[in-house]
Amino acid sequence: MKFWPEQSPLFPERATEIAREVDAIYFFGLGIATIFSLLIAVLVVYFAVRYRRRHPDEVGEREQAPAWLELVWSIIPLGILLVMFAWGADVFFKARRAPADAVEYYVTGKQWMWKFQHPQGAREINDLHVPVGVPVKLIMTSEDVIHSFWVPEFRVKMDVLPGRYTTLWFEVDRPGIYRIFCNEYCGVEHSLMRGSVIAMEPADYEEWLGGGQPLTALTRTGEQVFAEKTCNTCHKDEAAALGPSLTGLFGTEREFQDGSRTIADENYIRQSILEPRAHLVMGYQALMPTFQGQVDEEELTLLINYIKSLQD
Amino acid sequence: MSELANNFGRRLHYLNADYGVKSWLLTRDHKRIALLYLASISLFFALGGLMAVGIRLELATPGADLVQPDTYNRLFTMHGVLMIFLFLIPSIPATLGNFLIPLMIGAKDLAFPKVNLASWYVYNIAGLFTLWAVAQGGVDTGWTFYTPYSTTYSNSYVVATALGVFTVGFSSIMTAVNFIVTIHRMRAPGLTWFRLPLFVWAHYATSLVIILGTPVVAVTILMVAAERILRIGIFDPALGGDPVLFQHLFWFYSHPAVYIMILPSMGVISELITAFTRKRIFGYKFIAFASVSIAVLGFLVWGHHMFLSSQSVYAGAVFSVLSMLVAVPSAIKVFNWTATLYKGSVSWDTPMLYALGFIGLFTIGGLTGVMLATLGIDIHVHDTYFVVAHFHYVMVGGAIMGYLGGLHFWWPKITGRLYPVFWSKFSAIVIFVGFNLTFFPQFLLGYLGMPRRYHVYPADFQVLNVMSSAGATILGVGYLIPLFYFFWSMRYGERADRNPWGAIGLEWMTGSPPPTHNFHEPPTVDWDAYAYLPDTPGGTGEAWDAAKPTSEAPEHG
Repeated sequence: MKFWPEQSPLFPERATEIAREVDAIYFFGLGIATIFSLLIAVLVVYFAVRYRRRHPDEVGEREQAPAWLELVWSIIPLGILLVMFAWGADVFFKARRAPADAVEYYVTGKQWMWKFQHPQGAREINDLHVPVGVPVKLIMTSEDVIHSFWVPEFRVKMDVLPGRYTTLWFEVDRPGIYRIFCNEYCGVEHSLMRGSVIAMEPADYEEWLGGGQPLTALTRTGEQVFAEKTCNTCHKDEAAALGPSLTGLFGTEREFQDGSRTIADENYIRQSILEPRAHLVMGYQALMPTFQGQVDEEELTLLINYIKSLQD
Repeated sequence: MSELANNFGRRLHYLNADYGVKSWLLTRDHKRIALLYLASISLFFALGGLMAVGIRLELATPGADLVQPDTYNRLFTMHGVLMIFLFLIPSIPATLGNFLIPLMIGAKDLAFPKVNLASWYVYNIAGLFTLWAVAQGGVDTGWTFYTPYSTTYSNSYVVATALGVFTVGFSSIMTAVNFIVTIHRMRAPGLTWFRLPLFVWAHYATSLVIILGTPVVAVTILMVAAERILRIGIFDPALGGDPVLFQHLFWFYSHPAVYIMILPSMGVISELITAFTRKRIFGYKFIAFASVSIAVLGFLVWGHHMFLSSQSVYAGAVFSVLSMLVAVPSAIKVFNWTATLYKGSVSWDTPMLYALGFIGLFTIGGLTGVMLATLGIDIHVHDTYFVVAHFHYVMVGGAIMGYLGGLHFWWPKITGRLYPVFWSKFSAIVIFVGFNLTFFPQFLLGYLGMPRRYHVYPADFQVLNVMSSAGATILGVGYLIPLFYFFWSMRYGERADRNPWGAIGLEWMTGSPPPTHNFHEPPTVDWDAYAYLPDTPGGTGEAWDAAKPTSEAPEHG
C-alpha cells in the first residue's frame, strides 16, 4: 500500500512493514474521526445559525422524531467500530507474533539504561546493532521497575516488566539509526532512558560483530552457569535422574501434578528456576530448591538460552 | 402566595436566611453545602492549574531549563492527582448536582442532609492531607501509582498522597448514596422516572459507578501502602508479587472514574441544549438509557489500558471490542443533541456556547478514544502525547466545558445575580481557542514519537510543544476571566428573576436564589421534561406557561 507519501512532518519514517500496516489503519481511523467530527461540527454550526432565536418568547418546533433514525445512528457507527476492531486486531496479532525464524536478542531494562545481548554473545548498552531484512525478536525483562521499549519508526512497543519476559519483534527494511524511547514512566531520568537501533546491511553487521569485543558464544556460557549452579546433578538424561530431563524440553507441552498443562516457554523456564514448586511435573517430587536471589537476570538469560539449545 | 421576608424587608432565601460563619459550617442545606464544595474544589482546580503552568513552561524548550527532573515528575503527578481526585470527580456532582437534584425533583433537601455535610468535611480532610503531602515534597509516581515503582522505588510521599485519595473516595460514596436514595424516594408527586430531567438520570448513573467502583480503588491503595510500609509482597516481583495485578485493580476503578467525570457533564449538556433550543430533547429515553449503559459497559473495558502490559493478546482483543461498544451510547448522545438543534429556537447565550463547544470537543475526544481502543493503533500511540491529548479532550474539552456551561446556566439561580454578557461570551471563546491550541498539537506529537511524562525531549518535537505551551497560556487567561466576573457579579451583577432563560424545570419555578426549603408549596408535576409545546409528548402547555419570559405569572417566592 503506497498511495500515500513515505515522508511527512506528520508521522515518523516507516522502517518496517508493520509500520505501513499501522499507518494504514491509523489513517483509516483518522479519516473516520475527521468525517464524523466535521459532520457534527457543520451540522451544529448550521443549525445554530439557521434556527437561531428570533423572538425572546420563541419556542422550538415540534419534533417529528422517526424511530428508525435512532437505530440508523446506532448501527452505522457500530458497524464501523467493528471494522476498526477487526482490522486493528489483525495488525496487532501480526505485530505481536514473531516469525518462527526470528533471531533472538535479549534485552534488560534498568533505571535508566537498556542492556542488549546478541545471540552471538556481544553485549551493548543503549545501542542495538541489528541486520536489515532479518526478523529480530527481543526477549525483554527489567531489573527494577516497569519500562517500555518503543521505536517510533517501527510502530511497535511493549512493556518491559520485572519478574517475567515479554517479547517484541521487528524486521527493519532499510539501514539507519532509529531512536529507542522508554515509554513507561520509570522514575527520575525516565525521559533520558533512550537508545538507538542501528540497522546495518547484513555484511556490515557481520563485520561489526567481528570487530567488537571477543566473542563468547551465549550458549556455551549458559552451559557453564548450568554447571556452576549444579543443575546437572538432577537434570540429566538418565531414567533415574531426580529432575526431569531438559533435552528437547523447550516448546513442548508440560503436564503437572494438579492436572494443568502449559507450553514450556521462556516464562515457564524462568518460573521453574525461581519458583520450582509453582508447577510440579508429573512423576517428580518437590525436591528442587528455589534459585530466587541466587541467579541474576543475565544468568537467567544464559540458562534459558542453554536449555533452549538442548534439542535432540 | 405570601412573600416571606427578612428583617430588612428583603425576600427571604437560602443565602440571607441566616448569617455568620457557623451558619455555613454547620449548615445542612444542600444549596449551601454545594457552595462550600464550590469554594473547596475551585481551590484545587487553581492549584492543579498552576502545576499545569509549570509543566507547559518546562516543555517550551527541549532541555531541562526550568526545573529539575525530580521536580518535573512531582509536578505532573500532583497535577493529575489534584485535578482528577480533588477537582474533576467531585466537580459537577458535589456542586451542581448537590444544588440542583433536590430542586429538580421538587424535594426540600437531599435524603441525608447531615451525611451531605459530613461528606464535605471528609473531602476537606482528604484535601488537606494531600496538600500536606505536597508541602512535604509531593509524590513522583504519576497519578496512576504503578507498581513496583510506587511500592519499592519511589523516594517520595506515596503513602500520604495515596491516603488522601483513599479518604476522598469516602466523600464521593457519601454523595452518591445520598443521590440514589433521594432520586428513588423523594421525587415530587407525578414526577415519574421518565419525566426526570436528564441531568438527574446522569447523576443516578454516575452514583452507581461511584458506589461500585470506589471501594476497589480504596482496597488497592491499602495494598500499595501495605507493600510499601510492611513489605508484604503483593505487587513487587522481588517480594513474590505481580506488578500487573495492580494495573488490573487500579483500572477497574480508574476507567469507570472517567465516566464518573464525563457523565454528569453530559447531563448538564442535555439540560443546556433543551433550554437554549426551547425544544423537547431528541430521543429522551435513548439518552437516559445511554447514560446507564455507559455506566455498566464502563466496568468491562479496563483492560484497554493494558494492551501492552503483557496481558494476553486474546484478552486484549476482548477488551478492544468491548471498548468499541461503549462508543455506541456516546455516539447516540452526540447525535441526539445535534438533532435537538434542528428546528429549535437556538439562542447563543453563554451557557449554550459552552454546550456547543462541548459537542465538538467531546466528539474529537471520543473518536480518538476509538482509535486508541483499536489494537493496531494503540501499539504505536500507547502512553504517548496522543493519549494525553485524547483524555484532555474528554476531561477538559468535555467535563470542564460542561461544568463551566452548567455554572453559567445556573449561576443566576444560585446567586440571584447575572454576570456580564460580553465578558462571559468572550471568555468562552478564549477557552475554546486556547484549549484547541494547547491540545491539538499533542495528537501530532504523540504520533511522531513523543512519550508522555518526558521532562526533556528531542529538539525536533519543539515546534509543536511551543504551540501547546502558547495555547495553555491563552487557556489560563480564559479560566481567569470567569473568576473575576463571578466574584464581581455576586455584589454588582444585575438581579436575576426566577427564570432568566425561559427554561422549563422545577428549579426555575422557585425564586432566584431559592428559599431554604426550595419551594413554599410542594410542587406536583403533570408534564414530561422539556414540554415546551402542548402537543409534544406529555406537554400540557402548563410548563411553558409558567416558564415563558413574557408571562405575568406571580413570583413563587
